[in-house]
Amino acid sequence: MSQILTTPAAPAHPAPVERELRRERLAGLAQRHGAPAVLVLAVLVASVLFPAFPTAENANGIAIQSSFLAIVALGMTFVIITGGIDLSVGSVFALGGVLAAYASQWGPVPALLLPLAVCGAIGLLQGLLIAKTGMAPFIVTLAGLLGARGLLLAVTDEGSTTYLVPKDSAFLEFGQGTFLGIGYPVYLAVLLFVLGAVLLQRTRYGQAVFAVGGSPDAAALMGLPVARIRVLTYLLSGLLAGFAGVLNASRLSSGVTILGVGMELDAIAAVVIGGTLLVGGAGSISGTLCGVLLLGVIQNVINQIGTLNSSYQSVVSGLFLILVVVVQTFLGRRRRRPR
Amino acid sequence: MTEPVLDVRGVSKRFPGVLALDDVSLTVAPGEVHALVGENGAGKSTLIKILTGVYRPDAGQVHYLGQPVGFGRPLDAQAAGISTIYQEVNLVPLMSVARNLFLGREPRGRFGLIDTARMNREAGEVLARFGITVDPRLPLHSLGLGAQQMVALARAVAVDAKVVIMDEPTSSLEPREVETLFRVVRELSGRGIAIIYVSHRLDELYQLCDRVTVLRDGRRVHTGELAQLDRLSLISLMLGRDVADVRRHGLTGFSAHDAGDVEPILRVRDLTVRHQLHGVSFDVRPGEVTGLGGLLGSGRSETAKAVVGALGADGGTVDMAGRRLKRRTPAGAIRAGMAMLPEDRKAEGIIPGLSVRENIVLAALPRLSRFGVVSRARQDRVVETFMKRLRIKAASPEQKVSELSGGNQQKVLLARWLCLNPRLLLLDEPTRGIDVGAKAEVQALIDELAAEGLAVVLISSDLEELVEGADRIVVLRAGAVVGELSGDDVTEDNIMAALAQEAAHD
Repeated sequence: MSQILTTPAAPAHPAPVERELRRERLAGLAQRHGAPAVLVLAVLVASVLFPAFPTAENANGIAIQSSFLAIVALGMTFVIITGGIDLSVGSVFALGGVLAAYASQWGPVPALLLPLAVCGAIGLLQGLLIAKTGMAPFIVTLAGLLGARGLLLAVTDEGSTTYLVPKDSAFLEFGQGTFLGIGYPVYLAVLLFVLGAVLLQRTRYGQAVFAVGGSPDAAALMGLPVARIRVLTYLLSGLLAGFAGVLNASRLSSGVTILGVGMELDAIAAVVIGGTLLVGGAGSISGTLCGVLLLGVIQNVINQIGTLNSSYQSVVSGLFLILVVVVQTFLGRRRRRPR
Repeated sequence: MTEPVLDVRGVSKRFPGVLALDDVSLTVAPGEVHALVGENGAGKSTLIKILTGVYRPDAGQVHYLGQPVGFGRPLDAQAAGISTIYQEVNLVPLMSVARNLFLGREPRGRFGLIDTARMNREAGEVLARFGITVDPRLPLHSLGLGAQQMVALARAVAVDAKVVIMDEPTSSLEPREVETLFRVVRELSGRGIAIIYVSHRLDELYQLCDRVTVLRDGRRVHTGELAQLDRLSLISLMLGRDVADVRRHGLTGFSAHDAGDVEPILRVRDLTVRHQLHGVSFDVRPGEVTGLGGLLGSGRSETAKAVVGALGADGGTVDMAGRRLKRRTPAGAIRAGMAMLPEDRKAEGIIPGLSVRENIVLAALPRLSRFGVVSRARQDRVVETFMKRLRIKAASPEQKVSELSGGNQQKVLLARWLCLNPRLLLLDEPTRGIDVGAKAEVQALIDELAAEGLAVVLISSDLEELVEGADRIVVLRAGAVVGELSGDDVTEDNIMAALAQEAAHD
């Protein structure tokens, strides 16, 4: 960053510019490396305090438990970078699981495709409503949350029926199979994150996602298809939430109806802790991964303490979230608009 | 003249209630820098929006490269080679310079993925040609505004543009940045790119432009070589006043004596806002209407905003009733007895969903309430008084403000501020967008208020209104006071002469 401008921005006010640049750098650093730094710190502290923490078994447990939230949070990252929010993902996650368990009676392929089709349709519908009618994402996806949960209750006789995956079904491999001792869901989550990062950073769609969130008006004036980008983003979020539900159903061998309540909030928390701006326009996939893992580590540590009620996990996560948002606000106050 | 690259033939555009463009024609040849000028509401932006595909004309045709065209979206116009640079930088501040430059047409390598290295390299090359050396990986907002504007220009030209429309590109630039911009514009014109240049800064127009088209009230009033049109004639054309008249009167007989010996209630000294105001000083006396005159962009509204603290000033002092305002904030200004009616009453003043009563008492609520409880009876009394006094025509105080006419909305706003018993009233374009009858009423009201001892600052681009309404006029140009007229010297001709005369100096 030593190279600045040959067209001097403001010769009359060198001090504020200097200060602003420094602040700028700090904000950039905090946003890019804050989440990984805190994650590493948390892991180190936990390893010192709890001998049972730094074991391969424990790490594997954290990884597999985090993989479902991770996949949901991946979609949420795209949504939040466009400046939107998707509250429906928890319900869609549960619906995906139930539909997968239900369809598994016909084999693994329907068990995968039916939930993806339904969850994708929900995401698509939400995206169309948001992009074409200009309704607030908060409202549309809140309706989606209620709608998807209602749909779930309808197909399970108000939650009283729990569909079980046939014991010999190949579908179980998805969530329960392991390779080198690590569960398939972990590999799938990692694969999806790599693809997601490429999609966000290296494709025109990904660049448009940033532009739409950073300045919708400018994006439109630069000729970007703003509406289409929004629709695609909610579609992606619905598909990923549904897919996470499918994996979870396979892991649990059944479609558990009470899952996913409040999961959208965990996903949002993970994304924001990962350094993605809640107002849109900036964020990263790797940050979200760190955010998810951090939540996983916090939960794990609280379980290790044993004497603490596991509900304290939410308290600690909440504190982290506040901390991150406060830091973002202070460092990033001046970054929104061109001066 | 060579074959025009852009040929606008008899274009009209009507919006509900207004004919924004009336049979306007415009031709631009390759390599030509064409100035498009006119005051607010002249139709410049409507014309630009038609050229860029935001609006469709109701009548007439746009020929581009000899073919009739009708762009449905900004994207189509851009793809065809008509690029636009807006007054406000329309890029994404949080994204890197290179990404902004290539957004939507990034160079792609293997698997259709963006070739980031190539993009950054090419961005550096492109920017170097525009005279800016900057790491293209830096986020755009870390650049100065001038550099940002250059990125916008580079982006506009990089898409093989044949026509570049620049809408007041220099309004937020430093002088040195303006020079760089001009150099680039000349270079582009040398390469055969046609440029439509919109600006209110006459100096810039004369430095840069070959021909000029003047719009007024949606009609084209003049097209011709700029060099054959002196500044005074240009201003007369823009404002629609007779040139001979202006010439005859000239800038003579400036009288220095004040209208009265009354102590000024507002004393503004050396008010400075970066890029916008350069040491503005003036006084306002109670019982007097002081007009702020000048062309659009001369700093009239900015002056008012800086006085009440709605715009952060970098220097200067404001004394109200003998007391210096230290930390200028809108709340402090209200406490000191100032009230300001903003120019854009939709965006900054009126709350359409609330009733007339609620809109009126909004600012006075703290005074009308005790321990946070608002007394309805006191509210009703105040509202009734002002509705009667300002002759607000509404079915009842509970009618929604959005249902009132523009003139009555303006009166509601006026009432809101008068509730506070201000000693100084700043009115920014108080009669814009309201019909003739209501206009006269609002003007009469302003007179009455001043007669009752209120000090009034009146900003208006309507010369006639300014001359008739104001006792004294402070003429601004490019953020500085260039003249002050009082008494018999307050005439339209003198204002125009002040604007032109001063412009001729530099």
